[in-house]
Amino acid sequence: MSALLSLSSVSVTLAGTRALDTISLEVAGGEVIALLGPNGAGKTTLLRAALGLVAAEGAISLSGANPANLTSRERALRAAYLPQRPQSIWPISVEALVALGRFVHGAAPDRLSPADQSAVDAAIEACALLPLRRQRMDEISGGEKARAHLARAIAQHAPLLLLDEPTAGLDPAQALGVADILRAHAAKGGGVIFSTHDIALAAGTAHRIVLLHAGHIIAEGAPSVALTPASLEAAYGRKAYLQQIGDGFAAIFAR
Amino acid sequence: MSATLRTSIALAALSIVALVAALYLGPVPIADPFASDEATRTIVWDIRLPRVLTAWLAGAALGLSGAALQGLLRNPLADSGVLGLSGFAALGAVLAFAFGFAPLAPVMAVVFALAAAVLVTTLGWASRGPASLVLIGVGLSSFAGGLIALALNLAPNPGALADLVNWTLGSVEGRSLEHVTLAAALLAVGAALIFAAARGLQALTLGEEAAAAIGANLSSTRTLVVLGAAACTGGATAVAGIIGFVGIAAPHLVRALAGHDPARLLLPSAFAGGALLVCADIAVRLLPTDTELKLGVAAALIGGPVFALIAARLASRGGDA
Repeated sequence: MSALLSLSSVSVTLAGTRALDTISLEVAGGEVIALLGPNGAGKTTLLRAALGLVAAEGAISLSGANPANLTSRERALRAAYLPQRPQSIWPISVEALVALGRFVHGAAPDRLSPADQSAVDAAIEACALLPLRRQRMDEISGGEKARAHLARAIAQHAPLLLLDEPTAGLDPAQALGVADILRAHAAKGGGVIFSTHDIALAAGTAHRIVLLHAGHIIAEGAPSVALTPASLEAAYGRKAYLQQIGDGFAAIFAR
Repeated sequence: MSATLRTSIALAALSIVALVAALYLGPVPIADPFASDEATRTIVWDIRLPRVLTAWLAGAALGLSGAALQGLLRNPLADSGVLGLSGFAALGAVLAFAFGFAPLAPVMAVVFALAAAVLVTTLGWASRGPASLVLIGVGLSSFAGGLIALALNLAPNPGALADLVNWTLGSVEGRSLEHVTLAAALLAVGAALIFAAARGLQALTLGEEAAAAIGANLSSTRTLVVLGAAACTGGATAVAGIIGFVGIAAPHLVRALAGHDPARLLLPSAFAGGALLVCADIAVRLLPTDTELKLGVAAALIGGPVFALIAARLASRGGDA
């Protein structure tokens, strides 16, 4: 079986700048991969290139097909995408937003089959949105909005989740809740690749870390292998180290 | 029963009440529109019925295309008038009249509305925030206005000038069943295209990129809405001239009743637009003015403040739609 996502020597140039430089990476089913790196390292570009949303050189394969040659429907059946700043332009209800995740299965928010409805209900429950499901998107907090958009991506039931900072703006407990959802998706055979600035959360959640800097992968592997003081300093320009405390991690940066 | 269905039924009922009332009301009061005397039959069935049906169809077409354009461009200030589709449709029709091809006026109206729709959606697709899109529309409208003035200026038949001016002000006075048929046919075509794009409009709630990522075919959504809005606006303008703001006011009023889902706004916005324009036409006929107020003028008097209100509310939210 081919990988859910495979990038081979992929480069992307945005406005004359090399945003990604000969990146090679694979995401298999059962895996959670965290993309780390400073602002502008290329995390978002990598996720967008994986979906064919930006022109890229090199070979990209989304479940065996080049995303640039797929229709949006074929792409949506292979991967669900959560952009960095997800929008709800019209203040529809949380439930209607989550139901948009069923679009590719032919559903509309006001026309859900029993299968669609149960996918929507499960995603709403997983993201702890049950009490909010009838609220409007402009009536809930930033963290609640982030969870609603994540639930939308989960309801899509795509094998691969491409999530751009899914825990941005969430409190630590909620971020851990999201981490559990990602692990659960992988446990069911799906693949997850998510970007974050939360190094400790990434270390505690991901099976594999991909550390980016200026469009290059500077470290890759299990958290304790990839996140060494040397690689963290190379990426972020500051002395830092990762420490395991109990079953969690702490990332400590020197002043 | 869903809010959309409830709202649609209520607005359809309001439309019927307004249409029937419009048969009774006017400068000549009619006690029984179903009376069989010659005068009543002429006034009610030959003059008022085509007139009110034309008003309803034009209003419905503008309400529907307004709701669809707002969904497509993710902007509550979008409508055929603001974006220049109406101006271009009028320009097409004016050209046909001024240069002696009057029978082609409806076709020209649709073709010109289509050109404007393609232009504004192409230029406005990536526009940042509602204001820049509206500015593009203002530019297109002014351009169409300038070209209409030029066409009037160069028209070989200056006798038609008064007619043409009347038309750019918008009116349903003296319409016949032919106008009704034309408006109905183009509304049917436009509605079929727009309703086929309904799911795509829902997806666009997430923004362009995420809509594509959930599987929406955005180029087909865009094509359907552009063609549908052009058919609706071309038809409405061909029979009633330029009538602004109905396309903004109708979806705006409906949102308060049926929620914000762009697909579920389409049908009630059409009914609301129709009812609004019939009511405006009744008002125009009842106002004791020496010359009858033009319907387009009345619509602007009501719709202009609504537009300003929405724009002000948007501005207070930092331009976020």
